[in-house]
Order: sequence, then structure tokens, then C-alpha cells
Amino acid sequence: MNTLTTKTVRVEALARVEGEGAFYVKVREGKVEDAQLRIYEPPRFFEAFLRGRSYAEAPDITARICGICPVAYQMSAVHAMEAIFGVRIEGPLRELRRLLYCGEWIESHVLHMFMLHAPDFLGYADAIQMAADHPNLVLQALRIKKAGNDIVALLGGREIHPINVRVGGFYRIPKRREWSRIVEELKWARDVMIDLVKWTGQLPFPEFTQQYEFVALRHPQEYPFNEGRLISNRGLDIPVSAFEEFMVEEHLPHSTSLHARIKDRGAYFVGPLARYNLNFDRLSPAAQEAARAAGLGPTCNNPFQSIIVRGVETLYAIDEALRILEDYPEPDAPSVPYEVRGGVGHGCTEAPRGILYHRYMLDDNGMIVSACITPPTAQNQATIEADLRAFVEPRAHLPLNELTWQCEQAIRNYDPCISCATHFLRLNIEGA
Amino acid sequence: MATKRKPRLAVWKFASCDGCQLSLLDCEEELLAVVEQVEIAYFLEASRAVVEGPYDLSLVEGSITTPTDIERIREIREASRFLVAIGACATAGGIQALRNFGDVREFAAAVYAHPEYIETLKRSAPIAEHVFVDFELRGCPINKHQLLEVIAAYLHGRKPNIPTYSVCIECKLRGTPCIMVAAGVTCLGPVTQAGCHALCPAYGRGCFGCYGPMETPNTASLMAWWCRQLGAAPETIVRALRTYNAGNEVFRKESEAYEYAHD
Repeated sequence: MNTLTTKTVRVEALARVEGEGAFYVKVREGKVEDAQLRIYEPPRFFEAFLRGRSYAEAPDITARICGICPVAYQMSAVHAMEAIFGVRIEGPLRELRRLLYCGEWIESHVLHMFMLHAPDFLGYADAIQMAADHPNLVLQALRIKKAGNDIVALLGGREIHPINVRVGGFYRIPKRREWSRIVEELKWARDVMIDLVKWTGQLPFPEFTQQYEFVALRHPQEYPFNEGRLISNRGLDIPVSAFEEFMVEEHLPHSTSLHARIKDRGAYFVGPLARYNLNFDRLSPAAQEAARAAGLGPTCNNPFQSIIVRGVETLYAIDEALRILEDYPEPDAPSVPYEVRGGVGHGCTEAPRGILYHRYMLDDNGMIVSACITPPTAQNQATIEADLRAFVEPRAHLPLNELTWQCEQAIRNYDPCISCATHFLRLNIEGA
Repeated sequence: MATKRKPRLAVWKFASCDGCQLSLLDCEEELLAVVEQVEIAYFLEASRAVVEGPYDLSLVEGSITTPTDIERIREIREASRFLVAIGACATAGGIQALRNFGDVREFAAAVYAHPEYIETLKRSAPIAEHVFVDFELRGCPINKHQLLEVIAAYLHGRKPNIPTYSVCIECKLRGTPCIMVAAGVTCLGPVTQAGCHALCPAYGRGCFGCYGPMETPNTASLMAWWCRQLGAAPETIVRALRTYNAGNEVFRKESEAYEYAHD
């Protein structure tokens, strides 16, 4: 029997996440001494080179922060600019923006659920190995993912870095008849997704419920995509424009990286689990029903079960897309007019991985003076590290291989997007 | 041959958004067919299984921006029979090559509280600046069908069939009326390499150059047209040429010609 008193769980290059990261957890005498999610992806300085660019370029340029969730960057950027110009996008154009977001949620969530996360539960290194034993599962997932991508490709022009989003609306509105094949695919996807959510419910979940402060948008009627107030389960209730007053970065003694925290309170949690806990009542009846059938109540505090929640949100996004496509009100014009003026604007929308905040200052000609972008993974980093500490301690006796894989899985619960987080992180990490 | 094994495919990432390697996973209908033909030996975004090199085909995404990157790309080159750079970051330095026109220390200070901890090179460089590259697949992002063509070509020992003509040809093939002539919209299509199927003009906006310059572009002439016929200001031209392929020499030189222009 091994009686080591110190043990280090370490992965130098995390797999099945977007971008390049590593983690290590140090255990001494059964106690976790340190837990770090390290980001070594090189910085790209987006906020620096946005200065001097036109407001109109921000949606396309910031999309390049992340190839997985470019729509989220485009949505947060256009809403921030529209806030400065005093434009509100209503009616059909607003619906179409929700539709575009549905497409991104579907493709991103299904990618994570079945290509990145499910292999952990079933003990495969990847979805390709999983496909050998579960071909139908992987083929169905790929087809649903494609339905999401098809929405983004038609309305956005292409799946990755769409070209059709602009301040004020779109460049071109696809005709109703162009959607007919996609509608049929979505109807198929809806039925299959109901079964797949149930399937996620029977996966083996570790006992791991934690007390979190969940933060998400909340809208009076809708499950949130583009609009709402920022709320939490511990009383936060602020407009998006107050984000920087309440969310701060703190320097912690245990780590050399800065962590996003709620002022005077601590780490918080954004993403599907946060949205679900704060907006269960806004889900479609079918999505609520699917959650119940998978064994989830209206709240869920086990991040390993986020795979169920992603399934529920995927089903919601399919429902919502079908609802929008059923009426499909073609707007009179692809975009609304606005007058460029200077000022400061804030945008915060629900990226697949959680709230994505943008703030821009423009001069009177609409040129960007300063920009601030806070992606979801950067906000979750402190929570991920807290999870690692809490998760490892009672499992420190496990063989290193097994523990390492389980830690990876605990990180993948958050679907971390390190490409996004990187430009935000203020330093590289000790000894990496 | 003594043993016949599947060719080994590796996917590597440097400074980038992950979008180009995601294109491989976005080949939803073809993905399983591809993995029947190759062994995915290294593809961290998709798998925690890692097979040791050498690799028959390495796809490299991202640009070189740190001293460690330089060492790593050399090792990858050593371990790869063919190396294909995919996307604007790997072929031109990407949007992050905008640092090449500024002061990277000032950039770091603008974004990071402790710029002294940021280890970064002054320039964001394409892969070919550091190692020999067998083929460059352009685009921000790349076209997934072109990616499949490149993989198929290397599996069969032939050259990829990737057109190097301009976006204009694709507009004609698609039947899109010239947006610059008909609507007076500035468009980089005449000097930009095809590959996107002339997407932007079909959606009513001018091409913004995701695929970088075409073969033998007359960028000076197009920009003169933008100025005279469309009334584009010099600073508009500089910005238009300085996006995802800003680091490409053709676009860089032309942008510099307008940088200090006075109207």
C-alpha cells in the first residue's frame, strides 16, 4: 500500500476543452494545499487593438476571440453599440437574433455533451472511440449538432465567424422557403433530444453537490439569451450596465492569477447550470418535462449533472427555434437605421458557457476609445478551482490515473473555453 | 510493406480562436468517414488519447507569438511528414498580428494589470516564418470542404486542389451581381482569394478579406478605385486591409501606403 503523504494531480495539456490549459492539485496529508487551473494559451490583446477601430467592426473582430461561440461575441457587441446609439431592436429582428443564438446553443451544447463530456462518463478517451460501441448515439448527436449549425449557417452566413450580423440587425434576411429543410431537421431533433436528455439522466454521477452563487440573466418572460437583468440566488439584481461595479477581480494568496468575484462575496458560477437554477420557470414545458424525466428538480447543485442541463437547454433551443420559425415574420428591412454618437455602452448576453460582458467607449465618430470584454470561462475560473479542492480531498486515496481523469471531468463540467478566457487573464501562472 | 497502418493525423494549436480545428468536428456528416481513413494521433480538442509521433499529416492552427511557440513548432515540424498551416492565424499571423503595427509592450499594458508577466514576442508570425510548410490553407475561418480536400489529397499523395483566383470568380459562379458596381459598396473581393463561395456579397455586404490576397492581386488599383469612385477615406482603407490577414505582405504594404496619406 502506498503511504505517500503528498500527492500531486497534474495534467499539462487538458484535452476536450477549447483552447490550451493545464491544472494541478497538490495534496498533503490528505488535505488539498493548492488547486490551480492554469492558462498557458498566449494572449492576443483584443482590447488593445480594438482601440481606433470602428464600432461597426467590433462584432466581426470580437467573434475571432472564439470559434466555438462567435455568435455570443457578436450579440454582446451589437447590444453594447446599440445601447450607445439609443436603438432598440424589436419585433421580427429581435426574434431572429434569438433564432441565431438557438443555433449556437444547439451546436455548442451538443458538441460538449457528446464529443467532449459524455466520453468521461462512459470511460472513453474520445467520441470516436465511443462511436465504435455506441454508433447510433454519436450519429444522432452529430445530426442534431448539424441542425444547430445549419441555423447559424443560413442566418449567419456560415457556422464559424458568421458574416450576417451588424449593429441594427442583419445584412440579409433569408426567405421563409429557405428554412423548410431545417424545420424538418429540427422537428426530428426535438424528438431525439427528448430521449437523449433522458439518457443523460442515467449516467453515473459522482456525489458532489456544492453551494454556489449562480449568476445569469433574467428576463420577465423569456429564458435568457440577449436581454435581462443580472441576478443571483443570493440577492444580486442589477442592470447589465452595473456589471463592473459588482464583479471584480481579486488577487488571491494561493494563486498568482486574478479571479473574477462578486465584490465582498466571492466566487460565482455562470453557464447552463446557473441559467437553469435561476430560470427554470422560463423553460418551455417540454424542456421542463424532459428535466423531470431525467431526474432533475427545478434546481441542481451538482456540476457533473450539467450534461443533463445542457440537454434540457438544447431541447429548449430547438423548441424556441421551431416557435420562431413557425411564424417567421420577415422584417420590412434587414436592419433598422441609427445615428452614430459617442458614449459608453454595455452588452451582456448568455453565451453557451454563460454571461459574456462587453463594454465600449466610442468617440463622436463611432471609433472605439476603449473596450473591456469579460468571457464566461474567466468568471468561472475561481469556481472551477474551488471544485477541484472540494472534489479531490475525499478522493485523495484513489489511484493517480483515476483521480486525474476525474479531475479532468470536473473541469470539463464547465465546458471551459480557454481561448476565450485567455485574453482576459491578467498573468501567466507560476512555474508553468 | 511489412505493416500497413492508418496514416497518423495530428492537429496542433497556437495563438488562435480554435475555430479552424473546430471545422474538422463540424464535418458532421464526414467526420466518421475521415476517422476510418486516418488515426487521430493528436487532437486535444477532441481526445485525451495521445499517440507518439511521427505523424503523417500535421494540421497547424494559430500563429507564433511566444518563445515557447518557436521551439514547439520546430519539434512538430521534425515529427511531421507533411505540415499544413490552416487558417489566417497560421498563414498570416491572424487578427493578433495587429500588434505588429503597434508596440506590443503598450498593448500588454493596456490589457493586463501585470504586463511584466506576459511572455510574448513583438510580432505574431505565420507558421511559415519559422518552419517549412507544405501547404497553406487560407481563411478566417477555413472552409471545411477545403479542409477535407487537403486531408484527402495528402492521404493520396497528390497536391490539394484549392483555387487561388479571386472572390469575383465565385460571385460570377454564384450569379451575384457585383456589389461594388451595383450598390457602391467597398469590397475586397477583387483582390481576395476565393474559398468562401463569395459569401458576403451574396448577403449584401462587401468582402472583408478573410482568405487573404489572391494570386497576383492588383491591390493598389482596387484601393485607388475605392478612393476615387467610392470616396473611401485613407483610414478606412488602412482598417479594411488590417484585419485577419493584416500580416500578409500584400495587404500590409498597401495599408502602409495609405497610413500616412493626407486627403
